[in-house]
Amino acid sequence: MAQIGSFALLIALALSVYSFAAGIVALVLRNPVPDGRAQRGVKAVDHSSDSFWSFLLAGLRQSSDRIAETARRAGLMVFVAVLLAAAVLVIAAFNNDFRIAYIFHHSNRDLDAKYKFATLWSGQEGSLVFWSLLLSGYAFVLRLRYKTDPRLFAYASVVLAAVQIFFLSLVNFAANPFGLLEGPLRADGSGLNPLLQYTEMVIHPPMLYLGYVGTTVPFAFALGALIMKYPGDKWIHITRRWTMVTWGLLTCGIFLGAHWAYSVLGWGGYWGWDPVENASLMPWLFGTAFLHSVMMQEKRGMLKVWNMWLVFGSFWLSIWGTFLTRSGIISSVHAFAQSSIGVWFAYFLAVIAAVFLFFYIKNREHLRTEHKLESLISRESSFLFNNLLFVLLCFTVAWGTWFPKISELVQGNKVTVGAPFYNRVAIPVALLLLILTAIGPLLAWRKTSFESLKRNFAWPTAGAVVVAIFLMLTPPSWGGPFGLRPWKDISYFYSLMAISLAVLVTLTIASEFYRGGKVISGHTGQGMFASMVQLTHRNTRRYGGYIVHFGAVVIIIGMAGAAFNQEKEQEMSYGDKMYIGGYTLVCRSYTDEEIPNYASEWAVLDVYKNDKQIGTLTPERRFYKASNQASTLPFIRSTINEDLYIVYEGLNQDTGHPILKAHVNPLVMWIWLGVWLMLLGTGLALVPNAPAQVRVPAPRLVEHPAPVATGD
Amino acid sequence: MTTKSNPALRRVLHCALLSLAVFALAGAGDPASRFHDLGHQLMCICSCNQVLLECNHVGCPDSDSMRNELQAAITRGDSDSLVQQAFVQKYGPTVLAAPTGTGFDRTAWIMPFVVLILGFGLVIYVVRLWKNRPAPAIADGLSPLRGAELEQFRDQARKETDL
Repeated sequence: MAQIGSFALLIALALSVYSFAAGIVALVLRNPVPDGRAQRGVKAVDHSSDSFWSFLLAGLRQSSDRIAETARRAGLMVFVAVLLAAAVLVIAAFNNDFRIAYIFHHSNRDLDAKYKFATLWSGQEGSLVFWSLLLSGYAFVLRLRYKTDPRLFAYASVVLAAVQIFFLSLVNFAANPFGLLEGPLRADGSGLNPLLQYTEMVIHPPMLYLGYVGTTVPFAFALGALIMKYPGDKWIHITRRWTMVTWGLLTCGIFLGAHWAYSVLGWGGYWGWDPVENASLMPWLFGTAFLHSVMMQEKRGMLKVWNMWLVFGSFWLSIWGTFLTRSGIISSVHAFAQSSIGVWFAYFLAVIAAVFLFFYIKNREHLRTEHKLESLISRESSFLFNNLLFVLLCFTVAWGTWFPKISELVQGNKVTVGAPFYNRVAIPVALLLLILTAIGPLLAWRKTSFESLKRNFAWPTAGAVVVAIFLMLTPPSWGGPFGLRPWKDISYFYSLMAISLAVLVTLTIASEFYRGGKVISGHTGQGMFASMVQLTHRNTRRYGGYIVHFGAVVIIIGMAGAAFNQEKEQEMSYGDKMYIGGYTLVCRSYTDEEIPNYASEWAVLDVYKNDKQIGTLTPERRFYKASNQASTLPFIRSTINEDLYIVYEGLNQDTGHPILKAHVNPLVMWIWLGVWLMLLGTGLALVPNAPAQVRVPAPRLVEHPAPVATGD
Repeated sequence: MTTKSNPALRRVLHCALLSLAVFALAGAGDPASRFHDLGHQLMCICSCNQVLLECNHVGCPDSDSMRNELQAAITRGDSDSLVQQAFVQKYGPTVLAAPTGTGFDRTAWIMPFVVLILGFGLVIYVVRLWKNRPAPAIADGLSPLRGAELEQFRDQARKETDL
């Protein structure tokens, strides 16, 4: 079994090398030779016209298409080979093949089937195979769709093959998942980390990896376009769509991770600013900046160089994040693996940067454009500030992540850079971004008159101010976010600002839908809702983008609720009561249970609100036998207003009573709703625009009217 | 100028400032809120990488005793900086959840804002540069549209295309 897997990985590497080498040969042979060099070439051929080499060269030139096709097919087969290796690993997990060290360390006989499947990405070696599988999957799709633009796709394919060579070399020579254990066959495995034995962990890593790995594709197109001095802007359209897909998956992966942390780690929060979390945020921030600034290139032909760097930055940061989490260079609460492969990543990062820099310097003239702005109050300048803030946020996250290491190098001792740092530094920048999100859609390309901005902005601003005053005047007894007194605590101030600005953004988005819908309704006589649907369908990217913005502000409102979090810890015996945030928790019972994979302790709590029972909660703590590790399973009662979050912390050894910790976390559900909205908006933005009829006065009747598509 | 000419208004302003200060400082000396605030500025040292008051391990070898120490220091009336110093001396600098505002640690706080200011400066410079670029030359015989006429065409174009 292990031999089949190892062999499949070796074959995949060989095919990648062939795809890379043959791809380069085909591109070199296919490229027209510049005039001067062509003349020199002709002379050389004249001198040795009957030589073997010139004959071979001519033959190769003629067959460059066939060489390119073999490179493409070899690239396609890489996917098949890596898929085989991954399948072997999964089958080995299901067969409890503990001769394979990886299976022994990450699985056990009683492990649930879905987690046996998840064994594939639960450890260092397997996750690298999984990374290679996704990368070859993306490359497979790209190579199948090569007819879109064969030359550009051929360049992108070569870049992808180079990245594949790196990852396949890793799994073949540095982190082979098919290594065998020496000595007698083990009866059972060490088991999967208990924190990973949660249903979401079956989805979260694939989503996150799809996002991470997906950044390779836009990079491949960008580098390919740079190398070949791609004429026109078609590459940026292709890259933008791939980036949107990748960005959507990365968004999904990041928030699934946040939801997993909230549901499993038991500390009542969803984001801890841990280096692993930061690593996923950085490429996302760069990708978000790109999705905004790419519009400048498509609409106005501006920022070509900047966009190229943003695409490169997203890819480089995703590899850098992987380097962070796997090298052990930065200590993290859930860096899931630390080993010597960090050196491989360090070299790879240097090589990517060097290659990109080389081609950028060589071909930068090709990207030169004449930038011209007509006004400071324009969509263009808002995008410039938007990009600045996204890149600054990325810098802040990177700076905070690396500062412990920098401090150690400079002053000889490490410091901690935790949530208080990020909250104080990143929140003001995020609030500035919210202001731009509100203003941006109201600004026209080229120039906006101050009067029109004032006219469009007046009502949303008034609405936001009314909401802010309402939140300040309402009594705190209504629960968060009501009764916000910004002078009492800086977190209340931030919370009030965030909610007010979120309302401002929402109202500007609503006004955009309303104004557009009104125009269509006026032309077609349709109802307002139907008009808005038609409006969205006519320009899916723009209105899908607005829905993404709306999702983002819903998430921000959810996060603003954290200012009102409450928590309480108490030891509880039969009939004991705990009071928190208007809830009364009564301990009805506590017990333990033994099942093959783990032993568990849990409590049964009745929950009352206003003297009425509203539910029964069963927070649990498990002890996994194979791995000898414990894990909490908080019980979360979610409503749109707030979450009641109960953690069974364990038994007091002296009294034998359970210790329970209760949290009341307002508005958390808004975060998960916001993510769905963001994904909906992203999906919508990928739908092609509906054709719209454009009326053009014609000298005579058009016999066969043909629809045309609207622009973005 | 107004306050000089109107002492009553000056008194009202003083009262408003005083009220604001009272509001701002309200609760700052409350032991429970000090425990909450300081407890969120310290880390548990059991290598769980969690803020002291959020460490949720039953049987954690460190968090209970650290919380007790914090409570005792607050009860004694130690100032915030004294409490932090005592923890740093006992557990090392990593016990603080964020870098301090002294020495090299200060750069951690300053750098993002320096980059923000430089970035804003750069963007404003770029915008001004691009804005002041001369418009492309127009062929002989054509006169560029300006003012109200140009705005009228722009509005029309937006209405027809920008749905």
